This record gives sequence, structure tokens and C-alpha cells, in this order.
Amino acid sequence: MVEKNGIAKRINPFASCSKYSVPIWQCPQFLFFIMGIVIIGVIISTYFIANSRLGDPFLVALIVLAAGGILLIINFVITNSFERMAEASRMKSELVSIVSHQLRAPLTNIRFALDLLFSETHIPTDKEREEYHFILKENSTRINDLVDNLLTVSKIESGNFPLDKKLVSLEDIAKKMIGKFGAYTKASNIRVTLEMQGVPSKVFADPLWLEQVVENLLDNSIKYTKGGGEVKIVIKHTSGKVSFSIKDEGVGIPQEEQKYVFEKFFRSKSVLKTGTHGSGLGLHIVKQVVELTGGKVWFMSAEGKGTTFFFILPTIKN
Amino acid sequence: MSKILVVEDESALQKTLGKVFERDGYDVLKALDGEIGLRRAREESPDLIILDLILPKMNGFEVLKALKSDHKTSSIPVIILTNLETMEDIEKALDGGASTYLVKSNYTLDEVLEKVKKILEE
Repeated sequence: MVEKNGIAKRINPFASCSKYSVPIWQCPQFLFFIMGIVIIGVIISTYFIANSRLGDPFLVALIVLAAGGILLIINFVITNSFERMAEASRMKSELVSIVSHQLRAPLTNIRFALDLLFSETHIPTDKEREEYHFILKENSTRINDLVDNLLTVSKIESGNFPLDKKLVSLEDIAKKMIGKFGAYTKASNIRVTLEMQGVPSKVFADPLWLEQVVENLLDNSIKYTKGGGEVKIVIKHTSGKVSFSIKDEGVGIPQEEQKYVFEKFFRSKSVLKTGTHGSGLGLHIVKQVVELTGGKVWFMSAEGKGTTFFFILPTIKN
Repeated sequence: MSKILVVEDESALQKTLGKVFERDGYDVLKALDGEIGLRRAREESPDLIILDLILPKMNGFEVLKALKSDHKTSSIPVIILTNLETMEDIEKALDGGASTYLVKSNYTLDEVLEKVKKILEE
């Protein structure tokens, strides 16, 4: 009985397709099922038509040709579906590899700090204990941030990402984020300026996610500006929209890498040269949130000369 | 006093590895990227190098190749200490002249220290 149910499940295309989270018309098993029905239908109808129209072989040949054309199209769709599924499987393996590597770095830091804290041969001094506690705190935050970013990306991709849109002030959000990074910018010898242009208006967006967008952009600008400098934010109000730009004097993005900037886990070679840590998800999240909010994001950059990120958001409820 | 050069971009790891080696009486030199690591190896002739593979400016494989092709540094034993663990990376590093290859997540600090002592004794 168990075996019968197992076979029944395996030949049921709908049961197999529900595993893959793809539309039914892109599922290979369903398409093979349709192809089978088309083949059987064509054979049967060709037989009856050929029998009743023996004197008209041209019609029979036309039917067979049309059926061949339909089968070719179905084959093409099936092959594409297999390719998409293979690509999804490859990306999943790559994602697992990247995430496990990114998690291992802070976990190793935590393990080694714990080895020293609980060493049986050398009791740490108060100062050393403080240093190890800082390592534990910093790296657990790093792991937490990575997991948060991954969950965000997963929610966006599964379509389960509701935005609680309200009229919010982009200027207030920018000021809040500049305040949040105050100690960091001071320590990095970076000056952050904010300029407003036009008559102030509000954008129609989810305030928490808009904060995340501004935070990710500001974090990048500061992180990749080594040796001090200025980060300039300009918020410009025009009819129906607000535009936001953030310009830094940092390492810039090489031309050949610019097309990958918004992809998941992408980290530019020039960024790796600064030795900074990051998940490579921040800009991907920025793009997804801005576009889901009805806006657009883009950037201008040159290696060694800094980067300016821009986004615009609507102020009128659609 | 033996000198150990640690080429590692994670500052927390520099701190913890440095502590454990210094406690055992070693002189520790630090390098936060591949270029600095290569320069310090050439200038200060350490007795052993701990080398990460994913590094800013110049990756560990490039540093290893440069070390082994320079007569000043070719005889310095190199321990690879990394989180990369594919067979391809391990073989590449060992074929490139590394004395041993340690995957960070598989070792405690004391175990790393034991490996260092064993290689220095050889």
C-alpha cells in the first residue's frame, strides 16, 4: 500500500511541481504530461482524419507538421525550465557556500576569544578580559546582522515582504541616521553634511525600511572612505517626487564591476582592498526596497574617485 | 626568541593569535594585508609565517608564490590558516610550498600553537 502511494505520488505532476515553487506552466513534469496528452491526441486525431480523408494526404501532413511545431515549442519550454531549475540549484549551493564562509569568520573570532577567556594555563588580566568581551560582542553583532540581511533578502524574494507605507520625512530619516553614525564618523575623521533643496514634502514609504535604505548607503559611504573626507547628502524636493543623493570620496567602484553592484553577495575588488567587512547584501536590499516602494536607484562611480548613489521616491499615493 | 609573522586581515584574530604566541615567548609581527605581509617577510626574516588566504590587496596564494620564489624568504616555513577548505585550495597551497594547511574552524588556539611549535622544531 505504501509502495502504491509512493508511485502514485511520483507520477502525479501536480504533487511533484508543488515542491519547486515555480508556476505550473514552468514545471518540467507538468509540461511533459501536457506533451504526452498532445502526442496521444495528435496520433488519434491524425488516424481518424487520415481514414476519413484518404484522398487528401496534404491535410494529414499539415496536421502532423502543426503537431510537430507544438511539440517543438513545448520541448523548448521544458528545456528552459530544466535550465532554470539547474541554475536555481547552483545558486543555492553557492549561497550556502558563501553564507557558511561569512559565518565562519566571526565564529572563529568568537571561539578563539573564548579559548583565551577560559584558558586553564593563563588567567587573563582585566584589560585582556575587556578586549575579549569586545571581540565576542562585535562578532555576535556581525553574525546577527548577516542573518537579518539574509532573512530580509529571503522575504523579498518569496514575495512575503509587506511594506507599511506612510507619508514620512526623508530629511528626518537622514538626520536620524547621521546621528546614529556620529561616533563612527568622528572616529573615522569623516564629515557628513546634509543639504535640502526645494519645498519640503514627504515620501510615501515604509519608515523602517526607508531607514534601512539610508543606513545601508551611509554605512557604505563611511566604511569605504579611508583616511578621512566628506560624505555629502542632498535631498531635493520636486513636484511628485523626492530625490536623495549621497556622495563620498571613497575608493570608488571599477568600471568592469559596476554592473554587479546590486547583486547579492557582490563585493568590489576595490572594497576588498580596504580590508573592510561586509555581507554584500546591503545594496541589494537598498535596490529591492526602493523599487518595491515605487522608486528607482542608481549610482555614478570611478575607481579612486568616490561614488554617488541616487534614489527617487514618489510623494503621491498611487 | 623565534619570530612569527601573522598575515591576517581580521583584527580580532591578529589579537588572539598574537596573545597566544606572545604568552609562549614568541616575538609576533603583524600584517593586515598581503602586501604588508610580503614586505615584512622580506625585511624582517621571520622564523615562521602564518598566512590567511583571503586577504586585501594581495591574496594568500599570491603571497605564498612570491615568498617561495624569492631566495630571501623561500626557506621560511608557511602555515596556511584559513576558512577555505576545498581540496582544490588545499592542494594548491601545499603544491605552492606551504608546510601545512589548517582550517580555522577545526582548531583551537592551543592546537594552532602546537602545530607552530612542531614546525619550528623541525
